[in-house]
Amino acid sequence: MSTVRIPPVLRENTGGTRSVDVSGRTVAEALDDLFGKHPELRARVTQDGELSPFINVYVNDRDVRYRDGLETALEAGDTIILLPAMAGGAR
Amino acid sequence: MPTTVGTAPDLVAAIGNTPMVELRRLAPHAGVRLFAKLEGNNPTGSVKDRVARAMIEDARAAGSLAPGQTILEPSSGNTGISLAMIGSRLGHPVRIVMPDNTTTERVQLLRLFGAEIVFSPGAEGSNGAIRLAQSLAEADPSVFMPYQYGNEANPRAHEETTGPEILAQVPDLTVFVAGLGTGGTLTGVGRYLKRVKPHVRIVAAEPMPGELVQGLRSLDEGFVPPVLDESVLDDKFLVSNRDAVIGLRRLLHDEGIFAGLSCGAAVAVAVRVAREMDSGSVVVLLADAGWKYLSAELWDRDLDELSDELEGSLLW
Repeated sequence: MSTVRIPPVLRENTGGTRSVDVSGRTVAEALDDLFGKHPELRARVTQDGELSPFINVYVNDRDVRYRDGLETALEAGDTIILLPAMAGGAR
Repeated sequence: MPTTVGTAPDLVAAIGNTPMVELRRLAPHAGVRLFAKLEGNNPTGSVKDRVARAMIEDARAAGSLAPGQTILEPSSGNTGISLAMIGSRLGHPVRIVMPDNTTTERVQLLRLFGAEIVFSPGAEGSNGAIRLAQSLAEADPSVFMPYQYGNEANPRAHEETTGPEILAQVPDLTVFVAGLGTGGTLTGVGRYLKRVKPHVRIVAAEPMPGELVQGLRSLDEGFVPPVLDESVLDDKFLVSNRDAVIGLRRLLHDEGIFAGLSCGAAVAVAVRVAREMDSGSVVVLLADAGWKYLSAELWDRDLDELSDELEGSLLW
């Protein structure tokens, strides 16, 4: 079991829920489980089966784009963080 | 590259050529050496002096910035301060669009250098400042907007100055770590290092935005800076404000380095990456010094209290 953290901008699609427990051996399977529970999220997080360029997905604190993408393996207790792409700050 | 000895003809010419310091106490084990490039030693105290100089010189050479023309730019601090200093030297009035929840030192410094400040809603973060600056520039064609997020002179400044300096200072580096803001540092240094040393890993430290600064109304307002070339990145880590503050304090206590908040995040990632390596040299770029953060009392306040408060502000 893993936990997906939902950012504020996507909570209208989860009835306000901040985190959702999901199962799956990879990020793709976990997201499928998430989309099964909250179907509206699929169109917001993915485009043509790939991650939307405006969403970053992290397993614990590491961006999956630089690992194995949606095929990145999960271990029990991992936290998946979804974040909208944002401009960096003070520099 | 400017020389380290002798005199500079003026302050703008003194930008760059910053020190590289080994972090002996922060290095996690004897097999890996850890080095910090101290960009806070630039004239206005941040790496953004390089970017501001490059964007202004580029625009003047191309004729898109006329003598005496006003410069307008969204910035949550450092870039604005650099533009204000250089603009004041070259005779350009400078107007900065900045979120209203940054530290008071930034407002003070911008005004000291003669800049005008337009505040954007803090809850909208940097994205809000960018949107407001773009609408102001559209409404007033007399201003010039360098737009660091989309200006190729930004990464080029790093490709031509920061990258070569780093390689000259640490010829055997294996990993380069920097914070991700506009993406200019990582893209420019990354392009240079990948060209001359293709096996160097380029690693980004990305701020975990607090809920209160995630003021996006929709994902379409999300933003990937056009100058960021994600193909040069090999890894990217999210760093919480709490871990950034811990890194910041370790820099001060273990190494005597007084740095800004993004430096704490970058060093947290550098130490983590170094821990996973058997051997090699890690270079972390420390983007600014700590002066602009003194009022936030990052070094001595209770960590839990500070972490909660940072959720609602924009410090890097």
